[in-house]
Amino acid sequence: MISVRELRKHFRVHRRAPGLVAAARSLFRRRFDEIRAVDGVSFEIAPGERVGFLGPNGAGKTTTLKVLSGLLHPTSGEVRVARCEPRRREREFLRTIMLVTGQKQQLLWDLPPAETFELNRAIYDVPAAEYRATLRELDDLLELGALVERPTRQLSLGERMKCELAAALIHRPRILFLDEPTIGLDVSMQAAIRGFIQSYNERSGATILLTSHYMDDVAALCPRVVVIDLGRLSYDGRLDELVRRIRPEKRVVLHLAREVDASELVSLGRVVAHDGHQAVLQVAQDALNRTVGRALAELPVRDLTVESAPLEEVMSELFARSRAAAGAVEAGA
Amino acid sequence: MRGFASARAIPTLVRVGFADAVAYRAELLVWVLSTSMPLIMLALWTAVAAEAPVGRFGEADFVAYFLATFVVRQLNSSWVAWEMNFEIRTGALSMRLLRPVHPLLAYGVDSLATLPLRGLVALPVAGILLATAAGDRLATDGASWALWIVAVAGGWLLSFFAGAAIGSVAFWTGTSNKLMEAWLALFFVFSGYTIPVELFPPALARVADALPFRYQIGLQVELMTGAHDPRTALGLVAVQWLWVGVLGLVAAVLWRRGLVRFGAFGG
Repeated sequence: MISVRELRKHFRVHRRAPGLVAAARSLFRRRFDEIRAVDGVSFEIAPGERVGFLGPNGAGKTTTLKVLSGLLHPTSGEVRVARCEPRRREREFLRTIMLVTGQKQQLLWDLPPAETFELNRAIYDVPAAEYRATLRELDDLLELGALVERPTRQLSLGERMKCELAAALIHRPRILFLDEPTIGLDVSMQAAIRGFIQSYNERSGATILLTSHYMDDVAALCPRVVVIDLGRLSYDGRLDELVRRIRPEKRVVLHLAREVDASELVSLGRVVAHDGHQAVLQVAQDALNRTVGRALAELPVRDLTVESAPLEEVMSELFARSRAAAGAVEAGA
Repeated sequence: MRGFASARAIPTLVRVGFADAVAYRAELLVWVLSTSMPLIMLALWTAVAAEAPVGRFGEADFVAYFLATFVVRQLNSSWVAWEMNFEIRTGALSMRLLRPVHPLLAYGVDSLATLPLRGLVALPVAGILLATAAGDRLATDGASWALWIVAVAGGWLLSFFAGAAIGSVAFWTGTSNKLMEAWLALFFVFSGYTIPVELFPPALARVADALPFRYQIGLQVELMTGAHDPRTALGLVAVQWLWVGVLGLVAAVLWRRGLVRFGAFGG
């Protein structure tokens, strides 16, 4: 469904120091840097997959999504989305995909979202009966109700994002690129949007490529992740495998009936957090059963859970490693 | 099939564009006032002509000319250059590019969608024009009015393509507003918007004939006021449509080449 081979996108960016003198100088002599936003990325995505596209700020995620959706022309490399070359922006391609970003909107600012829905119905040539059925379904899933009749500018961020998603799905795209769709939303709205994305994927079989800095989004939605940093691919595979590879240790979370001293915990594993009635221990995978057994036997345990390391920590570790590797390569060169 | 699908979408694009245009009533009033320059010129030139005619223009001729200019101005305006400039600079163009309708068509329809509103402004002025003595100065034959309709369409297309070409320059320069201001400065001088081209010194009139500005508005006004015999009028409309072709081609080439450089900034 999506095939990316050796994708590169380089930008020429004007650089100028602050201040009046630098501003005057830049009138006559400009300095440019070449930014390698994406630098040789390859991956494939099968129909119906939900893939998390992760990386720190400036890693090249959004640039890649923009290339995949035909907004940016690649510097080099081969990109195919639904057998089309995105940069050509053929009608069939544009009917197949949609890009939703948390920071750019397609809703008409001064008009109610219903007008944008109607506009998209006409632009995508959606038959009236199909349009009504899609709207009913989206209304059910997103609980749009009367929101669609209020001017967009008077909607809250979360309400707007719901309407953005609805507008994006009027033509039932088979490929959905989601760039930070939950940014700035409160926890319950994030959960609602996540639930909707999963439901859309399951109902329609659409392929979904998602970027998000909220690891809860990724953990809930994406069995597979593609990680890039400094424009290069640093991981492509199952999310649980990434966690196992980067942080093989498990976290044992203990809720205790009485306060225990840290000295009672250190023999069980590395104490990650401890505040009297609660403690978090980090233990090696092969020591897990033994640690759990000892904890239950030796401590006043009221409740015990075993978790993987938080995804945020896993990603930080992965980024640190990939940056160290990139630094080593550059130093060697 | 792409063309047919886009054509089917046009009525909805126009309807939504119209709804967008009337969203702010106060802004609409300000915009109407901003097109009143021909009425100011009317006051100035009729005062001058009160002493003695200027060329062949007496008071009633100036009234007819500038009321006609006001009406034509309502029919040929296009702000595509500013809209493109903003959308290229901020990356808002991305949302247009995602839709399977050509962005230039969408910009064009946005402009055309305000025509009913502009008509509301133009109609009373046209009524005054017909009701006063200036009405005697209007063309009376059907052929002139048929050519006028063709010229009004040509004038709008010319303004739109010029704006699209200038807007596309922003793909390279980041902003092209100053270029549009330079175009407008030349438009005010050479189009007949503020002074009938007929009153220019001969050398300057030849320059005006060779440039596209006169064909944006002056020609339509001249056709309305019966300034040309049918043969001359036909020749001038042919030149106008030649300019439409040239600027259409320039806009298309700049758009296609510029799009490769689009940075899709933001978000």
